[in-house]
Amino acid sequence: MNTTTLNTAHSAPADFYCLKEPQAHNGTLLGFWLYLMSDCFIFAALFTCYAVLGANYAGGPTGAEVLDLPGLAVNTALLLVSSVTFGFAMLQMARENKTAMLCWLAVAGLLAAGFVGLEIREFIGMIAEGAGPDRSAFLSSFFTLVGTHGLHVTVGILWLGVLMVQTIRYGINEANVRRLQCLSMFWHFLDLVWVGVFSYVYLAGVLR
Amino acid sequence: MSVKYLRGLLLLAVAVLLGGCHMVLLHPSGYVAQRQSDIMITTTIIIAIIIVPVLITIALVAWRYRASNKRARYDAKWDHSPQVELLVWAAPLLIIIAVGAVSWIGTHQLDPYRPLTHFDKDKPLPANVKPLEVDVVSLDWKWLFFYPQYGIATVNELAAPVDRPIDFKLTSDTMMDSFFVPALAGQVYTMPGMQTELHGVINKPGDYKGFSANYSGAGFTDMRFVFHGLSQQGFKQWVAKVRAQGGSLDRQTYNRLKQPSRAEPVHYYAHFADGLYTRILHRCVDPGKACMRRSANVQSVARSNPVAARRAAID
Amino acid sequence: MPDRSAFWNFLLGRLSLDSLPLHNTIVVYTFFVVAAIGLCLLGFITKKRYWGYLWKEWFTTVDHKKLGIMYMILGTVMLVRGFSDAIMMRAQQAVAFGSNMGYLPPHHFDQIFTAHGSIMIFFVAMAYIVGLMNYVMPQQIGARDVAFPFLNNLSFWFTFGGVVLFMISLFVGDFSTAGWLGYPPVSELQQSPGPGVDYYIWGLQLSGVGTLLTGINFVATIIKMRAPGMTMMKMPVFSWTTLCTSGLIIATFPILTATLFLLTLDRYLGTHFFTAGFGGNVMMYINLIWVWGHPEVYILILPIFGVYSEIVPTFSGKPLFGYASMVYATIAIMILSYLVWLHHFFTMGSGPSVNSFFSLTTMIISIPTGVKIFNWLFTMYRGRVRFTVPMLWTMGFLFTFTIGGMTGVMLSVAPADFLLHNSLFLVAHFHNVIIGGVVFGVFAAVNYWFPKAFGFKLDEFWGKMTFWLWQIGFWVAFGPLYVLGLMGVTRRLSHFTDPSLQPWFIVAAFGALLIGLGIVTFIVQIYVSIRRRDAYAVGGDPWDARTLEWSSTSPPPAYNFAFIPRVHERDAWTDMKARGARQPMEGFHAIHMPKNTAAGVVIGALACIFGFAMVWYIWWLAVVSFVGVVGAAIVHTFNYHRDYHIPADEVSRVERAGGWEPETEGAAA
Repeated sequence: MNTTTLNTAHSAPADFYCLKEPQAHNGTLLGFWLYLMSDCFIFAALFTCYAVLGANYAGGPTGAEVLDLPGLAVNTALLLVSSVTFGFAMLQMARENKTAMLCWLAVAGLLAAGFVGLEIREFIGMIAEGAGPDRSAFLSSFFTLVGTHGLHVTVGILWLGVLMVQTIRYGINEANVRRLQCLSMFWHFLDLVWVGVFSYVYLAGVLR
Repeated sequence: MSVKYLRGLLLLAVAVLLGGCHMVLLHPSGYVAQRQSDIMITTTIIIAIIIVPVLITIALVAWRYRASNKRARYDAKWDHSPQVELLVWAAPLLIIIAVGAVSWIGTHQLDPYRPLTHFDKDKPLPANVKPLEVDVVSLDWKWLFFYPQYGIATVNELAAPVDRPIDFKLTSDTMMDSFFVPALAGQVYTMPGMQTELHGVINKPGDYKGFSANYSGAGFTDMRFVFHGLSQQGFKQWVAKVRAQGGSLDRQTYNRLKQPSRAEPVHYYAHFADGLYTRILHRCVDPGKACMRRSANVQSVARSNPVAARRAAID
Repeated sequence: MPDRSAFWNFLLGRLSLDSLPLHNTIVVYTFFVVAAIGLCLLGFITKKRYWGYLWKEWFTTVDHKKLGIMYMILGTVMLVRGFSDAIMMRAQQAVAFGSNMGYLPPHHFDQIFTAHGSIMIFFVAMAYIVGLMNYVMPQQIGARDVAFPFLNNLSFWFTFGGVVLFMISLFVGDFSTAGWLGYPPVSELQQSPGPGVDYYIWGLQLSGVGTLLTGINFVATIIKMRAPGMTMMKMPVFSWTTLCTSGLIIATFPILTATLFLLTLDRYLGTHFFTAGFGGNVMMYINLIWVWGHPEVYILILPIFGVYSEIVPTFSGKPLFGYASMVYATIAIMILSYLVWLHHFFTMGSGPSVNSFFSLTTMIISIPTGVKIFNWLFTMYRGRVRFTVPMLWTMGFLFTFTIGGMTGVMLSVAPADFLLHNSLFLVAHFHNVIIGGVVFGVFAAVNYWFPKAFGFKLDEFWGKMTFWLWQIGFWVAFGPLYVLGLMGVTRRLSHFTDPSLQPWFIVAAFGALLIGLGIVTFIVQIYVSIRRRDAYAVGGDPWDARTLEWSSTSPPPAYNFAFIPRVHERDAWTDMKARGARQPMEGFHAIHMPKNTAAGVVIGALACIFGFAMVWYIWWLAVVSFVGVVGAAIVHTFNYHRDYHIPADEVSRVERAGGWEPETEGAAA
């Protein structure tokens, strides 16, 4: 590998040193994507738990008995539409149309809040029927998997609110664009996870 | 100087100590443990074929190419060679193929769930010998042994006749323990609500140590028992002794027995309640408590461990 | 809950005066000693008026070099703590025979082995390797800092928060008795109702989050910030191993987080993940924790393989033999480490097909590891090997680790593992690879990079003394454990009945004392070197080394490189030296750098308070501190001015004062 080594006494400094600072690469988007990958592993662990424990009803209610499919349809629709409206917001951001972007963001946030609200209602209903997370391993893994996703959505809503305030105050600047791009990835990622939860927990759970 | 002296002292100490100790894992008294031990020694020898020369070569190369040795060849550019790299990958690969084959065959032949076909080296099991059945329950912190063929049970004492295979079925009340008699056969975990199995045979009479090999809380240290390898006659006498001295193990006695205790003395039971072991396994010793059979736990076993579950189902 | 009015229960949760282990004289004395040392240290800092300096230059720093050094100091302090646990266990096992029950009751003994394991892995080994990667990697790839400097600071304070919780558990309440991996059912609420397991959980959660952020940070740094010309296959091997280790961190630490989270739910909300009844499954925990736990040991050893891959070429005066092999071996280990976790419980009763699969994957890992050993061997071949202290540690590693690898292959054979599992043979094996691999490597690395970090070499005599004490102490301490394992002695026992075992335990305790002396001489080595720093002062390149970090002055300026280097060859600095590259001493430009920030300290401290509140069920404090963590993070995001420029004049002044002339005196040595 050293065959190209030349034994010239003194090479020009420019061969070995960048006399002008090289263009800096911002790693934020990559870093955030890496975080999302690590989050995948958390969900993978929770899905595994559900796969192993999901039929351990311990004499308690089964999935078909407690899971509410019509409610689920509304829920899923809210989250998916929220993802679409977030996409519209990003398009407006690219056009630097601040007001339109903020409006779309607000819609996305409200839809997600609706999703979380419905989920909390479902949880409270189940706990009231005696089907709480301490009833059986199936319910423990159900509440944890669905709840962790819901917690992520809640964090996303909080983040969305903070970013809206920051955009209002500081405008669509470079830092805010980067942050919105990260949140956008997060938002769509949660949608993707929900598709997994929806098909594996709810649909398969009812059919089981 | 002082280093050399220390090393000399160490070697001396090692020699003295090694003379006086019994490495049970290298000289076990049960056929299964003996075969496991043989595999351990075989693999060690195979690995040593590569490790020992490498260690010697490292020492020789480091010494030969020490900076002060100007006679040694110095080649500041030599950093790759396809032949050497081929060797470097191939040598460990070949060794691992050999060790892997030993492990693969051994793992299948010595599966603890597999009934024995031989009771000693080159001694196939006669058709008329029925294995001794022992159901094992690890409690906090003692061992309960059921002998369903004899209707007796013991705590912290296990006995078996020599050359007769033993079929252990094992479970636990609360904690996860590991049932281990080093002289007899390898260990296997005991877990609440699940059943594991172990097959072994003891070939020499004697008193052997048994214990839990998996930490299970405050009383774990004292979770020991004695395993008696007895002659046929001796085993009969031992059973008679248990029957003569023992009380009865019913559900109430069991519930008292399972309370946490340390360094529990040996107990004998001349009778035990019908199906007590199965009830412990399915977590329904208390009357009115629904058995977990066919419900949650069997399924959870099935999912995490299909082999064990299939076997549990046969049972 | 203690028996008192509802108000006090609200205010203090389950914390009360009874939580203080005043009845335990050992703990009380330890407290007084620790308190005395702590007060002396605080008094010293106050008297010398160092608080402002520490705060401005260290606690709030985002400089990867300073953070690296802080991790190394943290690791050393915790090494002393972890070793104290070790020597107590050795002492107990050396005396507790027959009627002598020893001086530690089981409850205390169980806490000690749990604390020893968790501390040594999470706060010693992890702190050391994260410290090394932090200090070295950005300089090796020609970067000014890591990709996310603030996150780097935050990671440190999360780790530190975990350390604080572990240390508090020594004096307030007690620690977990469930072993270093916290296996249920021992770690479930029913068996361990006290705060011990909760300390364990929250301490690990904090440091785990810190480590995960570090992993993300390093991968982004390596992918985005390499100097121009440094392609992946021209990157130094240490940076390669950093990349692979960070990748493993990203892929495994979330699983630790999730597993501990599930255990938390079991303990706090009464769920049934790992309980015996209600459909829970203990084996689920054991599988999950080892899916993290096995890659974890490769997370520890890979960067250390990188360290040896830097030291051997430098002191052999040759490039690393088989660079490509080395890189592929590292990647192979990274991937395979994910496929072997079940070998930690062959005795669970899985079928022979499952067991033999995991047995084989485990053995296959030894192939790339063997390749590495051969490559270091062939690097020395036809070289000019200088037996400096780092090289001595490397030689010790090659012998000790190889034997540890051999006993590892023995354990990987499932039928043999049925005999050896959980025995002292196993304990000897993993100390053999962790001490012989990781700890030796850390000492090698400290001796190797110390001159770079501080501008003077470490004392050779005390360095060699430390090496021999550790090397001999290791074999005296763990040789007997191999023998005891073969005698069928299991681990974690606090008392023995068979007197024939005692001599071995006494020898092992003596070995532990030798290792203890090795720690003392290491501290003496550093002290002596600081005293003689003028005599030991060196230039930028004291070892005639080969990679970019040696192209700057020692210690390097805050910005690492006045001009980012341009890379043409693998051993970039060797290439620059051979071709007479000189850094220009004029035409400096302003350098863009991140600003220090207090946000990391604040968030870390609040997170630590949150952990403490959760341990003691002080719900109001938990809510307040949690809101505090979120709030502080949000407030931090409102700060848009996180960077500044070091003016060209300043750079010029620093470069001229540094007298940029990396010496190569090592070449003559």
